[in-house]
Amino acid sequence: MSAREPLERRAVISGIGQSAVGRRLGRTELDLTLDACLQAIEDAGLTREDIDGLATFPGAGVGTAGFAGPSSPEVQDALRLRLNWHDGGLEGPGQLRAVFAACLAVAAGLARHVLVYRTVTESSAQGEGGRQGIGGAGGGSGRGVPRFSGFLQWTIPYGAVSAANWIAWIAQRRMYEFGLTREQLAQIALNARANAALNPKAIYRQPMSLEDYLSARMITTPLCLYDCDAPCDGSTAVVVSHVDYAPDAPKPACHVNAIGTALRGRPSWDQFDDMTTFSARDAAASMWERTELVPSDVGVAELYDGFSILTMVWLEELGLCPRGESGPFVEGGRRIALDGEIPLNTSGGQLSAGRLHGFGMMHEACVQLRGEGGARQVPAQPEVAAVAAGGGPIAGCMLLTRGPS
Amino acid sequence: MTTTGPSIRLLPRLDDTNRFFWTSGADGVLRFLRCGRCHRFVHPPVPRCSYCLADALVPETVSGRGVVHSFTVNHQQWIPGSDPYIIGLVTIAEQDDVRLTTNIVRCAPEDVRIGMPVAVEFERHEDVWVPLFAPAGGTPRP
Repeated sequence: MSAREPLERRAVISGIGQSAVGRRLGRTELDLTLDACLQAIEDAGLTREDIDGLATFPGAGVGTAGFAGPSSPEVQDALRLRLNWHDGGLEGPGQLRAVFAACLAVAAGLARHVLVYRTVTESSAQGEGGRQGIGGAGGGSGRGVPRFSGFLQWTIPYGAVSAANWIAWIAQRRMYEFGLTREQLAQIALNARANAALNPKAIYRQPMSLEDYLSARMITTPLCLYDCDAPCDGSTAVVVSHVDYAPDAPKPACHVNAIGTALRGRPSWDQFDDMTTFSARDAAASMWERTELVPSDVGVAELYDGFSILTMVWLEELGLCPRGESGPFVEGGRRIALDGEIPLNTSGGQLSAGRLHGFGMMHEACVQLRGEGGARQVPAQPEVAAVAAGGGPIAGCMLLTRGPS
Repeated sequence: MTTTGPSIRLLPRLDDTNRFFWTSGADGVLRFLRCGRCHRFVHPPVPRCSYCLADALVPETVSGRGVVHSFTVNHQQWIPGSDPYIIGLVTIAEQDDVRLTTNIVRCAPEDVRIGMPVAVEFERHEDVWVPLFAPAGGTPRP
């Protein structure tokens, strides 16, 4: 291993796990988390005594109800883990920050096997009501209405209370600059739904047509209901191990080739310099700076679809299609289908398989690299997977490979 | 039909940092912090100029004119009882990298366009003058 080699290459994903995923499962977040964690530990051929690191995104007590999942101390205590390294937090290059931190901890020798998890119970939290805005906005009037500080003071007075509103700006601007159409945008949702039909754990599996998409309820133009991901309950976990362990792992280890973590523009939803890219531009650029692989090596892409437009941004910024041309690229859906040029969001993404918040994308990338996708396995066995999570000023990405780099 | 915004105007919490901005409309003009050394506008408010780092930022009046950089027409009932309203992102005429999230008013949702010139007006709620923008005529620009 050369001294110049990116340190993340000393890390592999040796095990993966996922709890039941669904709408209003009626189970606690810790219960779901332990299912995912124990599965990942067993999948890695380890026992909990082997786990000496623990990381999560975003850590307890942040965001709207059901967003955060249990804290790392709760999980550590429930499993009585003896840890050499632990981490949990929100700030950083998107949801995958916990995985990146784990890779670096392993590379630095702070831990050998790091359990990393992300849990959501947003479906149960939402109950029968509508989806919440950020900051508890909505409802109430007259005296006692809270006032807002920080970033939210600039958006909430205008009813820009959800990421849906801010991300709609991206889509609208792309329509203006690149001529993106709703019919093109629809392909992200239609592709996800087609793949979800082959995933028994997906939330929405019934077929969806372009007409269904175009007639769906508008949320915030040009984003309709099917451009927004599906809140769910579920937990995903992986074990990030030192590469030395790979030969001993019972399943093929997924090697971390490069991580992308940059944020070179302003960290703001309304002040970022290029509204058509946001920081996916920076994260992707910094990832390619750390590898000899090139975009044409990517055999499967699991690209964050909290909103459909974000997947199109990632497609371009990762270089999987030319800048500004993701609309024509996805037209008709052939190129992004399971047997297409670049199979995309093969489990149904968050749009149809559930909002597992970035970790679902990473889990599915490992499934595909191992060849365990069953009915949804990409027929041309991928050797390299691109995983991206986040949108707006929050973004991170990584390349995983089937064998050592 | 035109709307001015959500059914309930949730308000900023005023402090010594942001009060100049949210009360600026009291005399009918919009103000941003401007650096006395490099003359750039800086927004949101910070203690020092983000460009030249001088400790020389003071609120200064701007023309109140700008251009719609992007927009969305919100339909979702995040705030119950709201008719569809336009959430605009406006670049101020004085400097390309200073933007405001706002509502575009006096404009039907189907008429708003990127590049549309707009001008500020204010809606008072308690001790806050909320800047809103209305179509101003003139030539569109990106």
